[in-house]
Amino acid sequence: MEDFSFQHRARQRAGGTRQTAIIGVVASGNLEVLVERVLPDVECQLEIKTAAVGFGEVWNAVTADFVARYSPGGLKFSINDGGARPDTVSLRLAQAVRLIEEDGQ
Amino acid sequence: MTAPFKHAAQFPEGRASTTSFNEASARTRVALLLDAGSFVEFIGPEQREVSPHLKVFDLPEQFNDGIVVGRGRLDGAPVFVAAQEGRFMGGAFGEVHGAKLIGLLRAAREMVSIPVLILFDTGGVRLQEANAGELAIAEIMRAMMEARMAGVKVVGLIGGRSGCYGGGGLIAGCCSALAVSEPGRIAVSGPEVIETNRGVEEFDSRDRALVWRTMGGKNRRLLGAADVFTDDTIQGFRDAALELLGLVGAFDLDKLKAEQVRLADRLRSFGTCEDAVDIWTAEGVAHAESIPDLPADQFISLANKIGRTSRDAR
Amino acid sequence: MTLDDILTCLFPDGHDVKNDNGVVAGSATLRSGAEALVIGVADKTALGVDEAIRLSGHVLDSFAQGRGPILVLVDSDSQRMSKRDELLGLNEFLAHLAKSLIYADMHHQPTIGILYGHSAAGALLATGLATRVLVGVPGATPAVMDLPSMAKVTKLSMEALQEKAKSTPVFAPGLSNLVQMGAVHVTWNDAVSLAEQLDALLANMPDAHDRRDALGRERGGRLKAAEIAERVRDLALHSH
Repeated sequence: MEDFSFQHRARQRAGGTRQTAIIGVVASGNLEVLVERVLPDVECQLEIKTAAVGFGEVWNAVTADFVARYSPGGLKFSINDGGARPDTVSLRLAQAVRLIEEDGQ
Repeated sequence: MTAPFKHAAQFPEGRASTTSFNEASARTRVALLLDAGSFVEFIGPEQREVSPHLKVFDLPEQFNDGIVVGRGRLDGAPVFVAAQEGRFMGGAFGEVHGAKLIGLLRAAREMVSIPVLILFDTGGVRLQEANAGELAIAEIMRAMMEARMAGVKVVGLIGGRSGCYGGGGLIAGCCSALAVSEPGRIAVSGPEVIETNRGVEEFDSRDRALVWRTMGGKNRRLLGAADVFTDDTIQGFRDAALELLGLVGAFDLDKLKAEQVRLADRLRSFGTCEDAVDIWTAEGVAHAESIPDLPADQFISLANKIGRTSRDAR
Repeated sequence: MTLDDILTCLFPDGHDVKNDNGVVAGSATLRSGAEALVIGVADKTALGVDEAIRLSGHVLDSFAQGRGPILVLVDSDSQRMSKRDELLGLNEFLAHLAKSLIYADMHHQPTIGILYGHSAAGALLATGLATRVLVGVPGATPAVMDLPSMAKVTKLSMEALQEKAKSTPVFAPGLSNLVQMGAVHVTWNDAVSLAEQLDALLANMPDAHDRRDALGRERGGRLKAAEIAERVRDLALHSH
C-alpha cells in the first residue's frame, strides 16, 4: 500500500449544501471516494491510500487535472483505491463532486 | 461524531423497477429498496471505522468495512437494514463488519416492533480475520435468535454477486424468511472449495449450470429453502420484503419442531437424488431440465403451485 | 484425547453415550444428580445433513425428557463438502442445529461445548460456537480454515502466514487464539479431574447473555467488536 496527500487551491467553492458524499467500492480496478465539505472555500485536499505502488506521478497529474477542471473548493477527498485505472479515478472524483453539489444534508 | 449519515434522495422515480439488484452497490440497493430519502446510516463511512486487520496483509480498507447498516422506512413503516457490499473482500465478515450487524440485532431485540432486513452478499468469513469473522457470525446467529424469540421479524434478501456462502448461509438459515432471485446462491462450501477438497468429479466448479442448479435461487425456492422468488430488480426485492414481513411471526418451539420435520422430510424425499433436476422431477415438474431457462414470472407461478416454503417452520 | 477418554474423564460415575459413525448421543448422570444430554461429533467426522438432523433431533427430544444441561462434545472435521449436502440445503440443517442449541440454552437447559479434538468452519459454528460456554481441552485443534488452504486463497506462502500469525491471534488456527478472541471461555487443566472442572463450571455458569465480544476485548484479541456493536445498538435505539 502507498499513501499520498495533495493540497490544492481552487478557484471557487464547490456548489450545493451537502456536507458529505460517498461513491464507489474498494475492489480490484475500483476505488471509493469519500468527500467532505470541511475546508475553507478555496482549499482542496486529496488523501489517497492505494494498493498499486509506484504511481505517485500519475496520482499527482490526475488529481491536479481534476481540481483545475471542477474547482472543488472546500472539499476534502479521501480515497481508498484497489488499483483503479486513471480514467476510473477521474470518473469517481467527478461523481463525488456531482453528489456533494446536490442539495440536501 | 456519532450523528447518523443521512442519505439524500438521489434517484428519479421508478428507478427501482429497472435497476438490477445483482449489479447495484449495497448503498444503491438500500437507497432504492427503502422509501425515498428515508435511510439514516449508523457508523457511516465518514466515521472511518475500518478493519484493523487488513494492514497486516497490505490490503486496502473500505471506510464502512463493507457493510451499510441503519434505519429507514418501507411503505411508511420503520425497518432496520443491513446491506453487505459483495465486491469488497467478497462481502466477507470481518470484526468490524460483523459487529455492525450484531449491534443492529441487539437493538432490534430491545425495540421488538422494528423488523430487520438483511441484504446478504457474502462469501462467508474474511480469511484475513478468520477467527474474528467466525466469531462474529456465531454472535450474529445468537443475537438474531434472541431477537426473533422476542418477536422481531428478520427477513433476508439474497441476490448479490457473492451470493450467500459460508457462515452467511448459516445466518440466512436463522432468518424468519428469505427472498431469492435467479443470480442468488445459498450454500455453505463454495464450488471451488468442494472441487479442491473432493475433486472435479464431485463438483466441477467451472460448470456454471451445475453451480446454479445446486445452489442457485431457483433450486432454493423449489426446495422451500427460500420462501419467495423475485426477478432481479430492486423493486422485486422490495415487494418480496413487504410480502414476507406481512407473513412471518415470532419464533417459538413449534417452529423449531416443525423445521425438524420439514428438513427430515426433505432428506427422506430427496436424499438419494443425484442432481437438482431429479429433485424437481420428483416434485412433479414436467420438463424439469427447462427450469433454469424459465422466465421469472412463469417460474414463480410454478414454484407457488408446488408450494414449498418454510412457513412456520424456520 | 479419544472420545472414550473424554467420556470416562467427564463421567466417572458412568454414562450411556454411544458413538454411531461419528454421531455421539446419550446421557450421563452428573455429580449434582442431573441427567445431562450428551451429543457431539467424534473421530473428525464431517458434519453433513445426515449428522446434523440427528443431532438436532436429540436436542429437541431432550426438552420433553427434561434432560439437561446439554453437553456438546466436539472432534469434527469441517462441514461435509459434497454436492449432495449442498444440493439438499446444508446451510439450513446446520442453522437448525445451532438454533436448537440456542433455543435450549435460552429456555431449557444451559449448553456447554467441549472442544477436545478438531473442528472447523461450519461445523464449529453449528456445535461449539452455538453453546453458552465453550470449553477447550488441551490438545484441541480448532480452525476456521487450515493454513495451507488459507495460503492458497490469500496467495501467500505458508511461511509468510506463519510469520504474520506471530503478531496477531485474529486468523490462525489454534485453541489459544480462540481463547484470546473470546470464543473459548476457558481451557481445562488436563492434570486435574475433568469431572471436577465440569462440576465447578456448572456451579458457576454465566447467565445466557452473550458476552463473547466483551471477553475478546478483555483478553486483547478483539479490540473493536464490542465497541462497534455497542455504538450501533446505541444509535439504533435512539434513532427515530
